[in-house]
Amino acid sequence: MTATIPDPCAPVFDRLEQLLPRVQKPVQYVGGEVNAQVSEWGSADVRWALMYPDAYEVGLPNQGLQILYEVLNEQDGTLAERTYAVWPDLAALMRENGVPQFTLESHRPVAAFDVLGVSFSTELGYTNMLEALDLAGIPLHSVDRTEAHPVVVAGGHAAFNPEPISDFVDIAVAGDGETVVLAISEAVRAWKNGGRPGGRDGLLLSLAALDHVYVPRFYDVEYLPDGRIRRVVPSRPDVPWRVAKSTLTDLDAWPYPRTPLVPIAETVHERASVEIFRGCTRGCRFCQAGMITRPVRERSITGIGEMVQAAVAATGFEEVGLLSLSSADHSEIGEVAKGLADRYEGSNTSLSLPSTRVDAFNVDLANELSRNGRRSGLTFAPEGGSERIRAVINKMVTEEDLVRTVTTAYAAGWRQVKLYFMCGLPTETDEDVLQIARLAREVIRVGREVSGSRDIRCTVSIGGFVPKPHTPFQWAAQLGHEETDARLALLRDEIRADRQFGKAIGVRYHDGKPGIVEGLLSRGDRRVGRVIEQAWRDGARFDGWSEHFSFDRWMTAAERGLEGTGVDVAWFTTRERQHDEVLPWDHIDSGLDKEWLWQDWQDALDEVEVDDCRWTPCFDCGVCDQMGTAIEVGPTGRVLIPLEPISPAPLLATQA
Amino acid sequence: MARSPGREIVPPVQKLRMRYAKRGRMRFASHRDCARSFERALRRVGVPMAFSAGFHPHPKISYANAVPTGTSSEAEYLEIGVLQECDPQALQAALNATLPDGMEIMDVVVTRTSDLATRLEAGEWRLELPGIEPDVARAAAQAFLAVDEVEVQRMTKGGLRRFDARGPVVELAECSGEGDPEGCAILRLVVRHGTPSVRPDDVLAALAAVADLAPPIPPRITRLAQGPLDENARTVQDPLLPDRDEPTVGA
Ligand code: SF4
Repeated sequence: MTATIPDPCAPVFDRLEQLLPRVQKPVQYVGGEVNAQVSEWGSADVRWALMYPDAYEVGLPNQGLQILYEVLNEQDGTLAERTYAVWPDLAALMRENGVPQFTLESHRPVAAFDVLGVSFSTELGYTNMLEALDLAGIPLHSVDRTEAHPVVVAGGHAAFNPEPISDFVDIAVAGDGETVVLAISEAVRAWKNGGRPGGRDGLLLSLAALDHVYVPRFYDVEYLPDGRIRRVVPSRPDVPWRVAKSTLTDLDAWPYPRTPLVPIAETVHERASVEIFRGCTRGCRFCQAGMITRPVRERSITGIGEMVQAAVAATGFEEVGLLSLSSADHSEIGEVAKGLADRYEGSNTSLSLPSTRVDAFNVDLANELSRNGRRSGLTFAPEGGSERIRAVINKMVTEEDLVRTVTTAYAAGWRQVKLYFMCGLPTETDEDVLQIARLAREVIRVGREVSGSRDIRCTVSIGGFVPKPHTPFQWAAQLGHEETDARLALLRDEIRADRQFGKAIGVRYHDGKPGIVEGLLSRGDRRVGRVIEQAWRDGARFDGWSEHFSFDRWMTAAERGLEGTGVDVAWFTTRERQHDEVLPWDHIDSGLDKEWLWQDWQDALDEVEVDDCRWTPCFDCGVCDQMGTAIEVGPTGRVLIPLEPISPAPLLATQA
Repeated sequence: MARSPGREIVPPVQKLRMRYAKRGRMRFASHRDCARSFERALRRVGVPMAFSAGFHPHPKISYANAVPTGTSSEAEYLEIGVLQECDPQALQAALNATLPDGMEIMDVVVTRTSDLATRLEAGEWRLELPGIEPDVARAAAQAFLAVDEVEVQRMTKGGLRRFDARGPVVELAECSGEGDPEGCAILRLVVRHGTPSVRPDDVLAALAAVADLAPPIPPRITRLAQGPLDENARTVQDPLLPDRDEPTVGA
C-alpha cells in the first residue's frame, strides 16, 4: 500500500530527504550534476523520464541516454529528466514511506511523465525496469495501463528482441534513437492536444504508424505443437508486418552530448566521451553490437575535434574517451590522436580508446594518447585462444600479430597487458581454450625478453559467450554452465601449474551461470515474460551484479513461469536452431538478410573468414540495401582546427 | 617512448587558501565527491594549477579536516598551488559560477603563513533536532555538561574505537529562538579538535547515553566555523586572519 499523494506531479524531495541519511551513497539520488538540465515543469507539454535500468554509477555515463536527454531538452515544449535504478536499501524505505520512483532533476514521480524511456544495453536490466515500474505505481503490464500512465518505451541493443519484455513495455524502438524520440514526442503532443482521441489505444496506434516503432500489443504469436513459433502476425490491418531499425546518418550533424553530465558521485567511467563513429563491419560473428549497427558512419576529424574541445571545456574531466565499437579503425585515427595530443600538451588531459584491436599500430596510438596524462594498462581482445576458433568467430588476428603487438607494447615501456577472451564459442573444444594459456605464456616470455625485466604482467580476462539475436550465431547452441565452468577450471589449472610464467599471469573469469540467464533473456520469446516477472516477484534485481544475482532464483522462476508451455531454459539456451525456424525477433528488421546470416553461420562452421566491407567490395549483408544507407567513412583529408594551447583564463592571472 | 612521463615539475609560484561551504543536497556528498567536483571546476575555469611529480600527477591541492558525509558545512578549508599568480576575488567569482549548486567558495586569501592546519583548533556546530522540544534538548545538554566523561564508541578506519566525548566539548547549548520551526531544538556545539576528533554524532550518542535523547527524524548538522579557540568567549576565530593581516606584497 502506498499513501495517497495530494498532487501526483508534486516533487517528492522533501520526503526522500528524510530517508537519505539511512542509505548507502545517498549522493547518487540528489541530482544537481553539472550540466543537468532542469526545466520549468509547466514549460513543456511533452515530458520524458529517461531511465537507465542499473545503478546510478553505471547509468550516468551511458552515452545513449545522455544523447537523447539533450536532443529532447533542446526541443521547445519538451523536457526530459533522468531516473536510475534505486538500490534495495532505499527501495525498501521508499515502499515503507510511500515515496515513488523519482527523477533526479525535479524529483517528481516518474508516473507524472508522459513517456518513460528505458534504455537497455543488456537484458540483465529487465528486472530493474519492473522494480522501477512498481515503485512508480505504474501497472507492470501494458494492458493494465490507462491514459493517465506514461507510455513505456524500450530502446537500446536489447530492444532488437523485445519479445521477452513485450508484456511490460508499450512500445520498443530498434536502432538509433535520435530522430525517433522526436517523432514520438510529436505524436504524443498531437494526441494530447487533440483531446486524446481513441484513449490509450488511440495513442499506441498513432505511435505504431511511426517508422521504427514496434507496438507488441498489436501482434499475435502463434506456436507449433513442438513449442517453436509458427508465425508472428499483426492483429490489426494498420500495423506493419515488420518494423525496421532506425539509422542515423551524418554524425557531424548530431554532435551530442554537447555538454556531458559531470556526476558528483563516483561512477564507473570518470571521463567525457566522444563517439567517433557508429557501426562496425569487422564482422565478428559473436558481436551483436557490430551486426545491428551497420553500416559504419564516421564523425569527421573536425567534428571530433570540436566535440572534444566542447566536452573538455564543459566538464573539466581529465580524460576523454574516443568511443566506438573499434576506435582504432577510424580512417583518420592517427591524425586525430596526434592532433589532440598536441592540442592538450601539458594540460594533464588524457585520451583513451576504450575498444581497440590487436595490431602494432595501436601501441603507437596508445603512446600518443597517454602523452598528456595517465598511462594505464593496454587491453587487447583476441577473443579466441586458437587460430582455428578465431576463424570460426571471424576475428582475423594471427598469433604472430598478437605477439608482435605485445612485444611492441612491452618494448615501449608498458608493463601490464590485458587480453580478453571468450569461452563457450560454437565448435569450441577444451583444446581451443587451453591455447589461451599457451598464448599468455608466449606473451610473458617475449615480454621478459624485450623489456629485459621480470616485472611484467599479463591478465587474461574471460567472458562466457552468449549467442545473440541478429548475429550468425543466433542459431547456435549455448554451452551449458557446467561445461563452461569445467573448461575454465582446466585453463586455470594449466596456468597455475606453470612454474616459469604462471605467477606473471592473472586469470579473471566468472562462472557460467549468469550467462545462462542472459541467454534465456536474449533469445527468449514472449513466454519468457512470465519468468522475468516471477523472478522479480521472488526478489531479482540488479542481476548484472554478482552479489545480487541468484541463479537458483531464476531457475525456480523459470520452472513456474514456463509451466505448461512444453519448453524450458535448456530449450531457449543450449538448443541449436535449424534453418527454417521462425525466430522470435524475425519481425524486427535489423537490415541483415537472414539468408546472408545463415550463410555466415555455415561459413563459421567451415572456418571460412569474411573481410570488412570498408576495404573490400560490399558482400551484400543486406543492410544498406534494405535501409537505404551507405558507408560513411573518410579520410576527409581535413585537419584538426588548430586551437590556442590551453592557457589560464586571463582574468585569473595577475600579470606583472 | 620512455616509461616515465618525463614531465618537469614546476613548483607553484603562489598558494591560495579558501574557505568553502557545502550545503543543501551537497551535504550528501563525501569528501572525495567534493574534491572531484572542486578539481573539475578548477579545470573548467582554467586555473593554472601546479602538479605533483610522479607517474600519476595530481594537482596541488590540500584539504583540511573534511566534514563527514551527510553533514553541511560553512567552513571547509583547502589550499591550492598555482603556476601563475591569481587574483583571489576573480578566482572566487569564476569558481562560484561553475561549481555545482550547494558548493560555494566563501573566502579566498593568498597564503602568507604556515600551519593553517594547526590553527584549526576547534569547531563550532549547529545541530537541528526536528521532533525534539527545545526544553528536552536543553535538559539533555545540561546533564551532559554536568558530567566529566561520557564514553562513546564509533567505527573508525582503524576499527571500533571507544573514547570520551565530553572532555573536548567547550560549549553545548540550546539556542532556538523566534522564527525557528516549532518542536525543533537547535544545539550550538563548540568542540576542541583532537584524536579522534569528537564529532556531533558522538555528542548525540553521548546525549542518548546520559539523557535518553533519541531524535525521531535524522538531525541536520552544520559545521559553522573552524579556527583558533577563544577559551573565554567559547567561540571560534577566523583561521585566515593571519594571512589577511600581512601587508599586501607587490601587485
Ligand atoms: S550492405 Fe554491404 S556495404 Fe552495407 S554494411 Fe553490409 S556488407 Fe557493408
